[in-house]
Amino acid sequence: MIRLAVETPLGGLCVSHGDLTLAELPAIRLTWLAPWPGEARAMSHALQAAHGVHFPEPGETLENGSTRILWAGRAQALLAGPAPATELAHHGAVVDQTEGWAGLRLEGAGAAQVLARLCPLDLRGKAFPPGRTARSLLGHMNAQITAVDGGLELMVMRSMAGTAAAEIEEAMRSVAARG
Amino acid sequence: MLIPCPLCGPRDLREFSPRGAAVTLERPDAEALPEEWHAYLHLRDNPAGATRELWWHGAGCGAWLIVERNTVTHEVIGVSLVTGEPEQ
Repeated sequence: MIRLAVETPLGGLCVSHGDLTLAELPAIRLTWLAPWPGEARAMSHALQAAHGVHFPEPGETLENGSTRILWAGRAQALLAGPAPATELAHHGAVVDQTEGWAGLRLEGAGAAQVLARLCPLDLRGKAFPPGRTARSLLGHMNAQITAVDGGLELMVMRSMAGTAAAEIEEAMRSVAARG
Repeated sequence: MLIPCPLCGPRDLREFSPRGAAVTLERPDAEALPEEWHAYLHLRDNPAGATRELWWHGAGCGAWLIVERNTVTHEVIGVSLVTGEPEQ
């Protein structure tokens, strides 16, 4: 019998230019949560009970062990890691988006400088410290940008993974060339 | 131009799409008089100065915003989230 291997959107990409490194994030279960109108508080309580995190405020990320939750827009969040508790579906839309996203991690002292060429946000550590996340643009792509210790994590729609990697690498090359 | 999104904070113009005058939030009833529909559809103001517009923060939080701004100076006077369900 043929066994099919699961492939990540970028096939485990890892490139370096100067002190900058761009690597694909390992596949992780992602669940999109959107509380029904008036159910935001109940959803937050259900999340706290089941996963130990509350529903994030705008721009907030929370962690509890291997569970992460990212604010992902008005009344929306992405739960990363665990399988969602069934109670969550009583309070809102719960959709598995694991296959829908591609994740990248950009590390190095000039990471914010690289993304300054692609993204309208100020992503320097002072303005965008670990624990913050934002929906914004990466070139022409909508992206979820999250600050983590030592770098930035970027998520784009899976169909745009190749373009995102190419554009970031191009910007990395230019920043690295400037020394 | 920066638009101060109530959820995301001040954001660059390229994250937003203009969606016209905010009069579309006050759509007449289906049974409204033809004159009312005519006024709603065709008789729009074109102010030089303060105006009330809808902007969609599509590349950000996805919220629809009511942006009050000055068309002469580009000053943004106020921004609020569009709330509530459209009338059926």
